[in-house]
Amino acid sequence: MTGQAFVGQSIKRLEDPDLLRGRGQFVDDIALPGLLEAAFVRSPFAHARFSAIDVTQALEVPGVVAVFTAVDLPPELHGKRILLQVPNPAITCPVTQEPLASEEVCFVGEAVAVVIADTRHAAEDGAERVVVDWEPLGAVGHCEAALEIDAPPVHSAMGDNVAARFSLGYGDVDTAFRSAAHVFRERYDVHRGTGNPMECRGIVASYDRADGSFRVWTSTQTPHNARRALVDMFGMAEDRIRVMTPDVGGGFGPKNQMYPEEIVIPAVARLLERPVKWIEDRREHFLTTTQERDQVWEMQAAVDDDGKIQAIRGSLIHDAGAYLPWGTIMPYISASTLPGPYIIPAYKLDITVAFTSMVPTTPLRGAGRPQAVFVMERLLDLIARELKLDPAEVRDRNFIPAEAMPYEMGLTYRDGAPVIYDSGDYPEAQRRALERAGYGDFRARQEAARAEGRYIGIGIGNYVEGTGLGPFEGATVRVLSSGRVAIYSGAAATGQATRTMLSQVCADELGITPDDVDVVLGDTGVIARGAGTYASRITVNAGSSVRSAATQVRGKLLALAAAKFEVSPDALELADGEVRITGEQGDRISFAELARMTSGMPGFVLPKGVAPDLEASGYFTPQQATYSNGCHVAEVEVDPETGLVRILKYTVVHDCGTVVNPMLVDGQVQGGVAHGVGNALLERMVYDEDANPLTASFADYLMPTAETVPGCDIVHMESPTPLNPLGAKGAGEGGTIPAPAAIIAAVENALEPFGVRIATAPVTPQQIVQLIAETQQDKQEQRETA
Amino acid sequence: MTHDGRHRREIGMTVNGEPRSAVAEDRVSLADFLRHGLGLTGTHLGCEHGVCGACTVIVDGQAVRGCLMLAVQAEGADVRTVEGLAADDGALSPLQQAFMDHHGLQCGFCTPGILMTLSAHLPQNPDAAEAEIRELLSGNICRCTGYETIVQAALTALRSAGETAR
Repeated sequence: MTGQAFVGQSIKRLEDPDLLRGRGQFVDDIALPGLLEAAFVRSPFAHARFSAIDVTQALEVPGVVAVFTAVDLPPELHGKRILLQVPNPAITCPVTQEPLASEEVCFVGEAVAVVIADTRHAAEDGAERVVVDWEPLGAVGHCEAALEIDAPPVHSAMGDNVAARFSLGYGDVDTAFRSAAHVFRERYDVHRGTGNPMECRGIVASYDRADGSFRVWTSTQTPHNARRALVDMFGMAEDRIRVMTPDVGGGFGPKNQMYPEEIVIPAVARLLERPVKWIEDRREHFLTTTQERDQVWEMQAAVDDDGKIQAIRGSLIHDAGAYLPWGTIMPYISASTLPGPYIIPAYKLDITVAFTSMVPTTPLRGAGRPQAVFVMERLLDLIARELKLDPAEVRDRNFIPAEAMPYEMGLTYRDGAPVIYDSGDYPEAQRRALERAGYGDFRARQEAARAEGRYIGIGIGNYVEGTGLGPFEGATVRVLSSGRVAIYSGAAATGQATRTMLSQVCADELGITPDDVDVVLGDTGVIARGAGTYASRITVNAGSSVRSAATQVRGKLLALAAAKFEVSPDALELADGEVRITGEQGDRISFAELARMTSGMPGFVLPKGVAPDLEASGYFTPQQATYSNGCHVAEVEVDPETGLVRILKYTVVHDCGTVVNPMLVDGQVQGGVAHGVGNALLERMVYDEDANPLTASFADYLMPTAETVPGCDIVHMESPTPLNPLGAKGAGEGGTIPAPAAIIAAVENALEPFGVRIATAPVTPQQIVQLIAETQQDKQEQRETA
Repeated sequence: MTHDGRHRREIGMTVNGEPRSAVAEDRVSLADFLRHGLGLTGTHLGCEHGVCGACTVIVDGQAVRGCLMLAVQAEGADVRTVEGLAADDGALSPLQQAFMDHHGLQCGFCTPGILMTLSAHLPQNPDAAEAEIRELLSGNICRCTGYETIVQAALTALRSAGETAR
């Protein structure tokens, strides 16, 4: 061993030198000879039928090579829809998109034709000249409106817009409510936002007639799932389709599924026998890339006189959008996340998933959890206000104590396993966060500020997050003949520095440095199976698999060297890319020599029991999720005149078990909080009643900027999980999950003198001004009545 | 005008100190010209409506949005892109090194635009404080980092430039 543990250190990223020099290879950077470009013809209506599509004018545009509608696609695609990611018996109508809509479109932006040309400009010129004979139909622009008795059906073949109904819960809720000292009620609305990675989606596909194979480069989080969908769609053998992820410019969830364009582009590349590229533009991203968060919650909490929760019940309407690519997992996650770090003796939630005439919803950083945490934390603030208790105190009285770990909540998680929190100290996380945030003297500071006419407030958000989901992620570790070590994994990175993280784990096991490791990710050609990057799962799954594979390779290196030196493997050690006899000068052999010996050298006899090639694969298969947790405290100042919110201080205490690279985890948390700031104060994807998108550019849809996002004070707690060899839990989404809860609580607290209550996220400056005006008007009316 | 009616011409400019030229349609943006005409794919396009700043390059000393300027408008200009920041031997510039040291990038897609925005403005604002850096960066959207590490990298680069000057 080198004695140096790289796990736990803030190693600089292996990814950076190329990206900083402009040498990244993103999908739009891929240049193939004879490459053609695509532009899609999309629906201007949220719901319409169409009959004829006239492409004659488009074909006359200089540079246009071909135009394809649904009937022009290869016959094996006819009548097929994209594979549903997560089927569930509760789904009444498991409908996903067609590659190109064949007779009906169900949201603005759904594609009906594709124009292929020698340049993107020509393709777009052609797309403008495709004439579609539309027959507009009724549409719905909100999930509550979708469930009204006279709502137009989102899909004309359906009787109503219910995609699924189910209930989740445990314990005797009704008895608890009958005997409760207090019952508090509130309705909460959370709105849709976007993923908006800075790189939009994109795909390049080429088909080789010689061996009947596809090569597909796509900006995805899940290359193996993309191949699975292509195999299903084209009915081809797995080994004839190679999906590769180049550098991916951010994912955040919406790149975690198969889109129609990812089927159509390979199909037309095969028909034309030319490579074809499609790069989504930002407007298309707003129209067609999945979104998330529209939910309506009607909630009740039964509470005793001390503020201890006896039961929670309520209903949740979840907006599925027009299709169900991911089934119903977001509302399921919402429902199972709601109890969070608190003891809820009895709980029942009735969930309705509604189709709407908007782009489908799928997991977006947090995946149903930000909504649930917003609702739970707002309920706790409601209890505190009604019982005149401090919000921190109410939480303290309801926390699951650290001694209760592992804690079985009583619910089943989305992976089918019971929700069992594996480790963590929730009261301590809040205690540390409050201390760092200066909570103790905040009320005095608030009084002083109010005396100056300034409105400052503080808010708390606690959460527990299921992370590190299976079924598995795999890794192969191989010693190359150069002596360098290669890692191959299906885990496609979208900015998390997965290469760096995996190289740290591998280096510790093999006595080398991260610089000695080459990591190839997200390529179905280098590893048989993969799941992908989502659900804060890669360090847990791929990290554990690399650990396991590297341990096996270590055993092979030792066995081989032991045979060569005629010593016991116990007498050997690994250091600096060599195997040495411990404590002796002289006998040593490099990884490179050992690799050459096992690579098929003629005449060389492998030692008994040693398999050829210094290679091993691991597939870590967790039996349940690991539960990360944390506490966020936001301090804000609100200008009641303009509604503008400034975040003065933001404190994060975060527990994701063993931290492999603190610098990277800090980066995930800080970036996650930024997304949460957007969800709290800025980002609202607005549709009108007829489901027309009104915020389809960065001029209308506001993203967090350097001026709105504060630098966070981040504290790591490390409660290693017993559920994997690294002790790691996920860290990718925890920054976002409680941020709207904490920030909006702080805004409400700042506006306490006005009596403003906020039960919606985001809350924009306009809404804040309006809320203040409404409360002032109410007070005025009360005075007049009195 | 060519035989099929598309307006194309040869466009020349100095890019990162080298004379470069390629044939492109009049309507091609500077960013698309750099990427697909000259093969300099380090400049990225994030929104194509001038908000996100990913395509920022330096034209005759000024930071411009490569998506809002036509290539023909940059005819004869002196253009600097992210590919020109590192030294000829490949060594990272102090600004690039500061980004690496401070974890100032994650997916790296917005990074070239941010580096070029800072490269154009930092030399003119050697005493910039954090608030000024944040204002300067408010025209560049980054979805990954939450900006704090970018701000710290910029401040570090400014300080190291100040020390070099002294």
